[in-house]
Amino acid sequence: MKWEDFNENEYIESLVEELKSSGQNVVVGKLDQLINWGRSNSLWPLTFATSCCGIEFISLGAARYDMARFGFEVARSSPRQADFMMVAGTIVHRMAPVFRRLYEQLAEPKYVIAVGGCAISGGPFRNSYHVVKGIDEIVPVDVFIPGCPPRPEAMFYGLMQLQRKVKVERFFGGVNRKRTREDFFRENPEIAEREHAQE
Amino acid sequence: MADIKDIIGKVCPDAVYEENERPLAVVPDAKWHDVAVALKNASYDWLIALVGEDFGDALGCMYYLKSTADHSIISVKVVTTDRENPMIHSVSDIWKVAINEEREVYDFFGIKFINHPDMRRLFLRNDWVGYPLRKDYDMNPDLNPVRLYHEEPDDASVSYQEGADGKITAVPVKVFGDNEFVVNIGPQHPATHGVLRFRTSLDGEEIKKIDLVCGYIHRGIEKLCENLGYPQTIHFYDRMDYFSALPNEHCVCSCIEKALGVEAPRRAQVVRVICDELSRIASHLLFFGTFCMDLGATTALFYGLRERETILNILEETCGARMSFNYYTIGGLRADIHETFIPKVKELLAIMPKALKEYHQLVTGNVIFQNRLKHVGILSREDAISYGIGGPSGRASGWANDVRKTNPYAVYGELDFEQVVMDGCDSFDRYLVRMKEIEQSMKIIEQLIDNIPEGEFCAKVPKIIKLPVGHWYQEVEACRGAFGVYIDSRGEKTPYRMKVNGTCLRLASIVDLITRGSKIADLITIGGSLDYIVPDIDR
Repeated sequence: MKWEDFNENEYIESLVEELKSSGQNVVVGKLDQLINWGRSNSLWPLTFATSCCGIEFISLGAARYDMARFGFEVARSSPRQADFMMVAGTIVHRMAPVFRRLYEQLAEPKYVIAVGGCAISGGPFRNSYHVVKGIDEIVPVDVFIPGCPPRPEAMFYGLMQLQRKVKVERFFGGVNRKRTREDFFRENPEIAEREHAQE
Repeated sequence: MADIKDIIGKVCPDAVYEENERPLAVVPDAKWHDVAVALKNASYDWLIALVGEDFGDALGCMYYLKSTADHSIISVKVVTTDRENPMIHSVSDIWKVAINEEREVYDFFGIKFINHPDMRRLFLRNDWVGYPLRKDYDMNPDLNPVRLYHEEPDDASVSYQEGADGKITAVPVKVFGDNEFVVNIGPQHPATHGVLRFRTSLDGEEIKKIDLVCGYIHRGIEKLCENLGYPQTIHFYDRMDYFSALPNEHCVCSCIEKALGVEAPRRAQVVRVICDELSRIASHLLFFGTFCMDLGATTALFYGLRERETILNILEETCGARMSFNYYTIGGLRADIHETFIPKVKELLAIMPKALKEYHQLVTGNVIFQNRLKHVGILSREDAISYGIGGPSGRASGWANDVRKTNPYAVYGELDFEQVVMDGCDSFDRYLVRMKEIEQSMKIIEQLIDNIPEGEFCAKVPKIIKLPVGHWYQEVEACRGAFGVYIDSRGEKTPYRMKVNGTCLRLASIVDLITRGSKIADLITIGGSLDYIVPDIDR
């Protein structure tokens, strides 16, 4: 892949545009840069894998691909210690509430990467009676990595796009917000309605 | 055929016999339990498959039984015409494997099993509407939307008991008592190797009982296959037990070939065997790595994956993918082997003995490692047969059950290799059997790699594949044990019913049995040594 292609990402460009247009304090801006440099180079994934893509994620951690080179090596088993989750594999109906709870347990700022066809759209199992047709129906997704399963190189590309996204974010007064359960329900009234009806 | 008529005729004179691929007896439900006992006493003591099916006019089950004495396979069909409240007698007291498999049939078809101890759903949520594998299942997503609230923990189960007068009463059963201390392990847990959930009842540190909850990766592959053409179904077999993708493909391809009356050319058969063994080595290497990592030896994972990557390189050049190969096709192979295939396999054969020695030096001799494995998770030979545990886990209990030896397929019959059988029955032997199987797989590859015959790599098959009316069952030895595919064809382009029968559900079922009385830390050891793959449990 060429370097120019790597940098070609309309989404991040629009994010930068938006930040530039609203202006930023110099001191805070510099602090932001410093913190984001640190954050983007020590993103800790949650050990979360449901099927085939998870095995490629293990390969990513092993010696040949070695994600420690980019600071992803500290895979955490508890969502409370992780920065992002790689959703590697199919999410089915029975798993959906568990998956949602894991997402809600991640500490802010949190990110989600949808790895593979199943997580993106249901993939080869889209027509099944028991498969969620894309995890973006349940949680917001930052990066999509297509493939079935994606090669480890593709996963790296996706992970590095996430690093770029983290680098251009505004940490102070931006992503480092404290978001409560009530806030979440206010933003997603239809989920709140369903949830309250059940509880 | 005469044999099965003799055995069944004594107990049930009104059984009907059909000529099919294998001897098939249709037994009325009332006599089924007695027939099952007679068959078991006549050495048909391995229930290899229990297939629920909606036959259109009736609901019922196909039972495939294998004799552990002469390895012949027979089948029995039991049906009920009642669609509102279908009931069949349970055989879970005869073959323990039926406990979970009958729950699966109940889950998919709604057939209730009389005298089954615990009739709950297995894969689907307990508030699921309908029975999805029935032909009249309503696929409307409004009935079963994606529910984001947690299901109620379900301790209340039911058992349908038949009284002496033949009257059936529903008896409520509790999974756990009121005073039991239940710890939830999974579905998100790094040591369950995927999304499997154990509800574990503890007494201090000792395990009293485990309730297995699966379905967290149930993708409904069997139902999907019913709407796809035969060649389109093959790729699903890569995605169930993704470590033994190629043996699984081998199974479905040879089942369809058998039904179609096509034979793969010899070149294809030899390449298939080599690739099967390569993936067996890769699978056992990953088992070695993850198992040692579960026990705290993280370095071993990197050693195991190092050699696995070499194998993936070989397969990638030939098949074009690292994991989901989709390489075998009906009648042979999708493409010929890559020109570097033979030299690279030879390179692998050269480095593997050294690597194995390194593994043994690094891990096997370690005292801590041995103490954690020896005499932990004892699985007796009788239990292994009753629970239908084939594969390396069963062979570590002194039960010779390798399908490659007992019912040879492809070119396995001509090869010189040993079936690794050990009789320690514990986790350490289950580990050693797999390490020794790597050596045997290398021996098989050595014999074949210089003798790949020239010629076609794929037989001529019709463009549109229609199987004749009938049903077929084919077994192969996949990396974790016998893997079977059942196809029922009504002469269409698509299968009427396709059942995938892996070993992993059975492996997960015995966790309850062999962990009882052990410490909770041993649960990780035992689960690791059984080496189940969760998407193969759930399908």
